[in-house]
Amino acid sequence: MSINATLIGQMITFTLLVWFTMKYIWPPLFDSLEERRKKIADGLAAAEKGQENMHLAEKKAKNVIKEAKNQSAEIVNLAQKRANELIEESKDLGKKEGDRMILAAKAQIEQEIHQARENLRQEVAALAFSAAEKILGAEIDKAKHHDIISKVSNQLG
Amino acid sequence: MATEAHAEGATGYIIHHLTPLHIGEGFWTLHLDTLFFSAALGGLFLWFFKTAAEKATSGVPNLVQGFAEMLIEFVDQQVKDSFHGRNQLIAPLALTIFCWIFLWNFMDLFPVDILPLVGSMMGLEYLRVVPSTDLNATFAMSISVFMLIIFYSIKIKGPWGFAKELMFQPFGPWLLPFNLLLKLVEEIAKPISLALRLFGNLYAGELIFILIALLPWYLQPVLSFPWAIFHILIITLQAFIFMVLTIVYLSMAHEDH
Repeated sequence: MSINATLIGQMITFTLLVWFTMKYIWPPLFDSLEERRKKIADGLAAAEKGQENMHLAEKKAKNVIKEAKNQSAEIVNLAQKRANELIEESKDLGKKEGDRMILAAKAQIEQEIHQARENLRQEVAALAFSAAEKILGAEIDKAKHHDIISKVSNQLG
Repeated sequence: MATEAHAEGATGYIIHHLTPLHIGEGFWTLHLDTLFFSAALGGLFLWFFKTAAEKATSGVPNLVQGFAEMLIEFVDQQVKDSFHGRNQLIAPLALTIFCWIFLWNFMDLFPVDILPLVGSMMGLEYLRVVPSTDLNATFAMSISVFMLIIFYSIKIKGPWGFAKELMFQPFGPWLLPFNLLLKLVEEIAKPISLALRLFGNLYAGELIFILIALLPWYLQPVLSFPWAIFHILIITLQAFIFMVLTIVYLSMAHEDH
């Protein structure tokens, strides 16, 4: 239990241990700890930034969607308006076309009536002629009496 | 009476267990077991941490590195809490002290007869395996710390500053001899208390293990098991106290009044 030279030996050992720890053990381990701490801090910061960016992007996307909605509504409105216009236009056009067709039909009917009247007149004239022929019992010179015939037929008209 | 005869045998057993393996005479005696075991444990400590340090990565640490880092962070926290100067030595010093003392003390948890038995098979008459039950070991450490305290006191405060602190505090220049006496006692008490606290705790602990080993075999587990568990706390606590006090003393050495 006495103090002796063991003390000196122990002090030398202790000095060597401390020296070795200080030189070869503490710095690399401590540095790796610090580095990891930094990495983790950076990672956390990056994550936070990412989240922030995501929020911004979300906001942006919402805005874009809103705008798109507005735009589409506008387009739909315009289309409806245009469609109404088209319907009105085609109605007008249809009416006009109808009117035109009615007019044309009327004209044609008129013309046909006229034609029929003419034919009838000629036929009636020919009939009157043949009747007169039979009555007179003689042949009438068509060339000679052409004037008379046309006068009669005109009266018929 | 039979008890007395037994006591003699018991005394012999205890003395045998507390006698170191030594060579040499007088001051130049060397406790070979203390030297061997403390050096071997120091080697174990260095080997473990060197393994961790060599593969140290800032990425995902493996188990060895994780454990080493845990200890390093623990020691670093203690240093940061108590020591406010800048010194590259303090933290590695504290780590070495903590781990080395813990390993010394841990030898106490081996059953008291096993290693001496192995030693006797190898022809060693005595073997005391716990270095911290040797005053030489504890004093070697505390005196080294004391030398560091003196060194840093002089380095930081200057020789004159340190001398002034010894002479003029705490009661001013008119009570110089009294101050000097007080301060010297205070300074010298540091290594002595460090060494004796560690030695006393571990010596007593070891002694109780030896006493328990003297009891009948069926009583031994009942007593040595709880004592061993309690001892786990003591050995860690003693290592921790030595480390923290070292940090605090060195911190005081760095403080300029």
